Amino acid sequence: MNDSILEMRSITKRFPGVTALQDVSLSVREGEIHGICGENGAGKSTLMKVLSGVEPAGTYDGEIHFRGRPMSFHSISDSEAEGIVIIHQELALVPHLTIAENIFLGNERSRGGVISWGETNAEALRLLRRVGLDENPVTPVGQLGVGKQQLVEIAKALSKNVSLLILDEPTAALNDDDSEHLLGLIRGLRDEQGVTSIIISHKLGEIAEIADTTTVIRDGSTIETIDMHGGAAAGRALIPRIIKGMVGRDMDSMFPERSVEIGEEVLRIEDWHVTHPTQPDRTLVDGVSLTARAGEVVGIAGLMGAGRTELAMSVFGRSYGREISGKVFMHGRPANVRGVADAIGSGIAYVSEDRKRYGLNLIQDVRRNISAAALGKVSRTGWIDGNQEISVAERYRKSLNIKTPTVLSRVGQLSGGNQQKVALSKWLFTEPDVLILDEPTRGVDVGAKYEIYTLINELAEQGKAIVVISSELPEVMGLADRIYTLSAGRITGEVSAADATQEHLMELMTMERE
Amino acid sequence: MAGTSDIKDLLTRNVRQSGIYIAFVFIVLLFTVLTRGALLSPGNLTNLILQYSYILILAIGMVLIIVAGHIDLSVGSVVAFTGSVAAVVVIQHGLPWWLGILAALGIGILVGLWQGFWVAIVGIPAFIVTLAGMLIFRGMTMQTLGNVSLSPFPEAYQKIAGGFLNGLFGGPGYDVFTLVVAAAVVIVFALQQWRARLAKLRYDQSVEALWIFAVKVAVVAVIVMAFAWQIANARGLPVVLILLAALILIYSFVSQQTVFGRHVYAMGGNLQAARLSGVKTRLVNMMLFVNMGLLSAIAGIVYSARSNSAQPGAGNMFELDAIAAAFIGGAAVSGGVGKVQGAIIGGLIMAVMSNGMQIMGIGQSTQSIVRGVVLILAVAFDVYNKKRAGAEG
Repeated sequence: MNDSILEMRSITKRFPGVTALQDVSLSVREGEIHGICGENGAGKSTLMKVLSGVEPAGTYDGEIHFRGRPMSFHSISDSEAEGIVIIHQELALVPHLTIAENIFLGNERSRGGVISWGETNAEALRLLRRVGLDENPVTPVGQLGVGKQQLVEIAKALSKNVSLLILDEPTAALNDDDSEHLLGLIRGLRDEQGVTSIIISHKLGEIAEIADTTTVIRDGSTIETIDMHGGAAAGRALIPRIIKGMVGRDMDSMFPERSVEIGEEVLRIEDWHVTHPTQPDRTLVDGVSLTARAGEVVGIAGLMGAGRTELAMSVFGRSYGREISGKVFMHGRPANVRGVADAIGSGIAYVSEDRKRYGLNLIQDVRRNISAAALGKVSRTGWIDGNQEISVAERYRKSLNIKTPTVLSRVGQLSGGNQQKVALSKWLFTEPDVLILDEPTRGVDVGAKYEIYTLINELAEQGKAIVVISSELPEVMGLADRIYTLSAGRITGEVSAADATQEHLMELMTMERE
Repeated sequence: MAGTSDIKDLLTRNVRQSGIYIAFVFIVLLFTVLTRGALLSPGNLTNLILQYSYILILAIGMVLIIVAGHIDLSVGSVVAFTGSVAAVVVIQHGLPWWLGILAALGIGILVGLWQGFWVAIVGIPAFIVTLAGMLIFRGMTMQTLGNVSLSPFPEAYQKIAGGFLNGLFGGPGYDVFTLVVAAAVVIVFALQQWRARLAKLRYDQSVEALWIFAVKVAVVAVIVMAFAWQIANARGLPVVLILLAALILIYSFVSQQTVFGRHVYAMGGNLQAARLSGVKTRLVNMMLFVNMGLLSAIAGIVYSARSNSAQPGAGNMFELDAIAAAFIGGAAVSGGVGKVQGAIIGGLIMAVMSNGMQIMGIGQSTQSIVRGVVLILAVAFDVYNKKRAGAEG
């Protein structure tokens, strides 16, 4: 392994009461794209924290060799000085600062403490060209979409003379076009500038397409390192092997079978309109009508910006947008959804795509998050029965297999998949008739995904109507009985799952407005 | 899950949670030594309660405001304003003392509605609204009083802050009634803890080992009885102490055991998530500020009764003491964390320090510096602990 740029040997990292990494080794060759796959909680993030110095040297056992020399990083600045730059899943950009200011944040182009704006902006423009982003460097970052912000992050990494770029779930929040562009860029950095990349991703198709080598981690240990050279087709053929390594079991079908009688109509939305909260000339949802029946899983497929989340949140108690008009019927009767409490009372539940911002109170424990939307059910005349609350939480911990030390542990400590299960528990406890799931498996590993799919089926079998919003077409097709496509705020098609093909759906999802 | 939790786990968890209690005990011991025991003398303990009760009352409301992610800078002015209204009613117009109290409480609620309107309905940050309130209500105090002090209050009104319940059962040199009340408190506490423990076991939750439980109850019993013995040897059970104890009990309960309390914590932890869980955030904010106004009025009544006058400059800087009490007691600046008990302990830490330094004859200037440093250290300790806790996660 003379050509390796990074060697992590026998890394063992213990937290009080739990061993996060057990004798993990990782070897990355110079100039390759190295994929890391593993379930949530498998130890990927901890491994990257060890590498970048967030977990300082001395708090773990094992050795890190970078370019053949032993390293002991005590902070991020130590690792960045060697050219190791990590881009986190949650972007670390300041929305009110310009692109150029963000790129050089902490690394300002200045003379004697005074920023030289000419150099800053000129240099930023050069970096933006390298990442293929056609924007003015003085544009505030907050005005860019997530995809472009991701590119600004990479430009920022390039400004630090990166030689090893680590991307944690880089495409989790991107649509297909932006993902494609980003992966192309990473490939370009490898081929043209010799930048080595490590990509952590749950999207195995993406790994198959781009990675030269993939390391699979499970339960804090390295399972295997797979050579993925030989093109995307060969890579895709290796996906079952990766999945097997991640979950330690074969997964014949990604989507569990469901057999259910579809019953009466539960939810009907008629002629729904929503306007942007601050830009009155932007119509986000334009005359949407749809229905969902008992026992039915309805998919809403749309690209980012199609108005999926805006539709769901505005129906859920007018939580988004203004000048909302249209009618919502539950069980054929007009429903009052003027506020969130009304919507919950009408039997609607909405599980947000962004659980950290809209779904959970991360500094609070599992128990209190689960009861948060239906406190009335564990209280009498305003007084909470603390013991009943705990048994409710225990019930959901067991039935949804939430991996947490106890139900009194803080939700912020759990992995993404388990946080999502807590968010689901919270809404299941409201006993809704309609469950709107917005990107229910975002940032969730394969094993937990399967569990969530199984849960969706069980809920449908109990006679609930489920609306699944997803940007992953295989997920929509695998789960739904019927699929609506949404483009630019309009329903552009309604297809039964049996007849759907990815090509047809994508065509409907990209349909331009006449 | 059933059974007793591991001792080591319990200790590490408890040190983190009860760091503030340990600090309190340390400060009490320190000043007891420095004042050669004068701090814990019967007369001084009684005095301590009378002198700092209004800060503790304010701290109860303040900690809830802070947990919800707000701040209230106006409470000092509201204390003065409500006190002045009571004085005008009782002293100037010669109306009965209870009408003065009702008027003050009514004004407190109106003040709360006013500030709640701007915070909850209009959506102006509480910092700005209450900064304005600080100026507005100070001005209103001066106008109400015509810029002069009003005194004295009739005896019935003074009793609120200076009265004692004693001699009911007599006693040879000490007040038996005080001891009986304290013993009742201890018994109720022990029974309530025991019931909670049984309930936990019934629901298959882990509980502390029996001997730890026994030691905990015994320590509380000894402290309460020792405290009661001291004040029984002075002037007996102060009315204010009963009021304060009732408020602490009620608000601990409201904050921990009710839907309203839970909503306050949920909003402070993640406002968006709370809103999307159906929490009526406007209503909760409105109620929080009305409640703060009400507690400010109670503090205003107690303060005016104790000083036996209403002054234009009353309650100056009380808001800062109340805020400091909440933060020393473990409330988080970002909201979502904090407890009524914590704020009370925080307030007591400030009280014991001020009182101890007064006994030692240390000047105001030094006292101010020491209290400032303690505030910083207390929050620094909390931040340090949280970092450690975060690393474990």
